[in-house]
Amino acid sequence: MYEKDGEKYFVVDGHVHFWDASPENQLNKYGRGFIDCFYDYHRNLSPEEWVWPIEKFEKYSEEDMIHDLFETGHVDKAIFQPTYLTDFYEEGFNTTERCAWMRDRHPDRFILNTSFDPREGENGLREFEQKVERYQPSGVKLYTAEWRGDSKGWKLSDPWSMRYLEKCEELGVRNVHVHKGPTIWPLNRDAFDVADVDDVATAFTGLNFVVEHVGLPRLEDFCWIATQEKNVYGGLAVALPFIHSRPRYFAKILGELLYWIGEDNILFGSDYGIWSPKWLVESLVDFDMPEDLVSEYGELTPDIKRKILGLNAAKLYDIEVPDDIPQPAEADDGTTEKPAVPQEMVTA
Amino acid sequence: MTHRSTSATKAAWAAGPTPQAVWTALGTVRDPELDQPITDLEFVLDVEVRDDEVDVALRLPTYFCAPNFAFLMVADARTAIEALPGVARANVRLVDHYASSEINEGMSADLGFGASFDGQAVGDDLEELRDTFTRKGFLARTHELCKELLTAGLTPEDLAGMTVGELPPSPLAERFIARRRELGMPSDPHSPLLIDVWGVPVAPEQVGDHLRRARTVHVSIEGNAGMCRGLLATRYADGGTGDERARSAYDPLATTTTTAT
Repeated sequence: MYEKDGEKYFVVDGHVHFWDASPENQLNKYGRGFIDCFYDYHRNLSPEEWVWPIEKFEKYSEEDMIHDLFETGHVDKAIFQPTYLTDFYEEGFNTTERCAWMRDRHPDRFILNTSFDPREGENGLREFEQKVERYQPSGVKLYTAEWRGDSKGWKLSDPWSMRYLEKCEELGVRNVHVHKGPTIWPLNRDAFDVADVDDVATAFTGLNFVVEHVGLPRLEDFCWIATQEKNVYGGLAVALPFIHSRPRYFAKILGELLYWIGEDNILFGSDYGIWSPKWLVESLVDFDMPEDLVSEYGELTPDIKRKILGLNAAKLYDIEVPDDIPQPAEADDGTTEKPAVPQEMVTA
Repeated sequence: MTHRSTSATKAAWAAGPTPQAVWTALGTVRDPELDQPITDLEFVLDVEVRDDEVDVALRLPTYFCAPNFAFLMVADARTAIEALPGVARANVRLVDHYASSEINEGMSADLGFGASFDGQAVGDDLEELRDTFTRKGFLARTHELCKELLTAGLTPEDLAGMTVGELPPSPLAERFIARRRELGMPSDPHSPLLIDVWGVPVAPEQVGDHLRRARTVHVSIEGNAGMCRGLLATRYADGGTGDERARSAYDPLATTTTTAT
């Protein structure tokens, strides 16, 4: 919970990790390269006082995480988004098992999602079922750029992926977090393309699709899709840290999101340990739309911030919100007609 | 020392390009996603002219930047330099990237993208990918230009009726028209100012929506470019994660007089 200027905010961090990228766990140069890449994101967009030494960044402790999220970071609940990367890390990067250890030690703090990889076919489907039975997750995190042997990625609309999503619907695993990366099959296509989200969001109306990083670097394609599909949401991780180093960019990105997808479909996420929630939460609460952009994008009200910081995720995950937090009504979508996006604009 | 022959028998080699000419050629190569020259983006790490051969090293903001765009930039850089008079061959290498060896080996063996990434691509074609982003760039340029015109006092209704010939001259107008030409879209003075990504005129009642979409594409590309510039600066600020040569202050042309490898 965070309180500022008489306004109270319930905070759900929709995107956290508890990874092990230590040199002992790195399998190859790609494991090294992956965490170095994350570290550059961390160093580039964090305020100076929040930059960690690489050793801590590679493998932070339980104490670090509890302190940074719950003791000082204003977070009420945090959602684990497992990322396996077993081709890069011996024990995996941030597996369900590793996150479950933490969740089990702090059960009232964490919500645990799991993951699947459709390339594992029938066997993987059975294992996925067992994972769901064991951990009782209500969501999955999918990383379509994950390498597996010769494969450099997959699409949500692949036939096996559709089977796994059917299974999600059947088992009540209703929140599907999608993270796009730089590789996919075939490699000559745009790997960041989010058109497959459109396909599965239409096919599985009982599932919610949360596109992490609001589709960046394909913000526009994400906006065209999310404006048409009610069950598509945007996770703010990666976009939000711009608030410190490039506040005008952030204002424009958030303005576009509010215009196209609306205040009820945007979720806060820190991507911890890439960034820490304390400065992100405080910055967002303090943030106003720059004066010259207000006419284009409107004002950022405390209610909008409350929805983004926690209420929207609380709805998706059935999280109980304390009574003293105001619960604004959903924005009326019907009154603000969005321009239709012609099919040829969705350049798949 | 960089090899520079002065013997009469190799006089023809002395007609090789100047580093400045190479730099200018590299300035015509764009990052397809960011719609900016690779020279401005500081992707050019090293330029070396060895008589009629030119060696160029390129670097990118991250180890995992998308390999298809990386391949396009390397191939485009090579094409641009080899078009210069006096150049027999351009050896363009990508450094510090997970797919450096696939791309560099593919390039030196004159393989296309598909053969360089055997089994991971369908065909050799990256032109469809490039085309998508050239058109996105057109929309972003539409936004930049129209924003300038609206700020100057024109209304969306004014824009709806305007032709290319009625555009007040400006750098943004030039950029906008240049992209229309590049895409083979109508760009003569009588052609309508506002056209969609396929060159179809925008109906007056659609102007607001068109400009709104163009704005979103512009925000996206602008944000990505900011991210990429920041990551590159971070990655190469202290040489901690990159190629050791990057530790020296960034000045690719200065490296032309230093010792090669």
